[in-house]
Amino acid sequence: MSAIAINPVHRVVRFYEAPIGKKAIMALTGVMLFGYVLAHLLGNLQIYGDPQQINKYAAFLHNPANAGLLWVARSALLLAVGMHIVASLQLWKLKNDARPVAYVKKEDAAATYASRTMMWSGPIVAAFVIFHVLHLTVGAVGPLPQEIGPNEPNVRANVIAGFSNPAISAFYILAIALLCTHLYHGLWSMFQSLGFSHPRYTPKLKMGAAIFAILIAIGNCSIPIAVMVGLVK
Amino acid sequence: MRIILHIWRQRNASDKGKMSRYEVPDVNHEMSFLQMLDVLNEDLIVRNEEPVAFDHDCREGICGMCGCMVNGMAHGPLPGTTLCQLHMRHFKDGDELYLEPWRAKAFPVVKDLVVDRGALDRIIAAGGYISVATGSAPDGNAVLVPKENAERSMDAAACIGCGACVAMCPNAAAALFTGAKIAHLGLLPQGQPEREQRAIAMVAQARQELFGSCTNIGECEAVCPKEIKLEVIARMNADFIRASLTGR
Repeated sequence: MSAIAINPVHRVVRFYEAPIGKKAIMALTGVMLFGYVLAHLLGNLQIYGDPQQINKYAAFLHNPANAGLLWVARSALLLAVGMHIVASLQLWKLKNDARPVAYVKKEDAAATYASRTMMWSGPIVAAFVIFHVLHLTVGAVGPLPQEIGPNEPNVRANVIAGFSNPAISAFYILAIALLCTHLYHGLWSMFQSLGFSHPRYTPKLKMGAAIFAILIAIGNCSIPIAVMVGLVK
Repeated sequence: MRIILHIWRQRNASDKGKMSRYEVPDVNHEMSFLQMLDVLNEDLIVRNEEPVAFDHDCREGICGMCGCMVNGMAHGPLPGTTLCQLHMRHFKDGDELYLEPWRAKAFPVVKDLVVDRGALDRIIAAGGYISVATGSAPDGNAVLVPKENAERSMDAAACIGCGACVAMCPNAAAALFTGAKIAHLGLLPQGQPEREQRAIAMVAQARQELFGSCTNIGECEAVCPKEIKLEVIARMNADFIRASLTGR
């Protein structure tokens, strides 16, 4: 027996129409993107290994035998990025419509810097990702990419050539800093969006999110710094 | 002590409204915030000016009628307190205070600091109730409730619907309010039969009332006079997602 009337629309439409549905999509796509950030970092850290190590890894990724898998992964990531952005824009519009008259005076009671700047850090990181792909994957901007052979990019040489340019390194470090503030709020917030909150675990999740964000920042920023101070040659 | 007030004055819903400056020269530190406004209004009436309209009723922090932004904080600077329970001893001589109504598309200004919070009532009407058989009263304790659930349900039920959560939220979301109502009923056995439909219906109503979306910032929790926890929002999210996935 139930006396609550609900609008008879298709459940997918109803789910996505609700802000909670959009937030759930943002959380799920956010997990995918975080997974990629982590995997990408682990791949990149191979630059500290044997000089040929990272090139071997790149050759493995670019091996025509793996092309199918590579494109499946790329498509999934592109889809996740697209959905993350579309949902965020729709929620942003909702937010702006929800308070047409701003306060003359408004203080923050509990908001962290990261949480208040998600709509800034996100687009700047997205712009950086486009630049980053054009720079190191496509080779359309920055120093001309070098290859060892067909489908065997000389990643090591390309990274060193790219990061020898202080402007590229500076933009990279700025983008990583923003990415990590974005991740700090996103990493614990996704649990809340998906409905998990517990007085015992949520403070630990926030702590864990901060630790992960800082480790990812250190790992990524170490590469341009190592190139510039000559540790990676 | 002397208090300088900048108050939002707006004659009616269609008036543009503006901030006006007032001085209350002899504020007693034992006055409540609303008594200080009463003193200002007495003075305005004597001077043949329109008194400042503000909502209030019980003046003991339990009815949910009062509230406005004081220097950018809902219900003023003291946590866990409604505006009527905020006393002037928390301010000092010469303080300048900016008083503004709750700002949200869903809360149209009626006059000055008074807003129409009917949107919250309509969210309740959409599903914030349980169905019970009428007739003779049931035996006490016939339905067992775990102690912890009873406590958590009561914590959520402490929500007085003042609207401070919406006012403080950067997204003007009513997530803490809706979450509190859903958690309050959903934690009890009596709330189970309609739990899924309730989550769907109340969330849909909040959307229809043009409230924003929760971004897990926590401003609401920080100013809630009843100290409702952000956890109720996660519970609402869980109920809504589960209902959307498993509903038949």
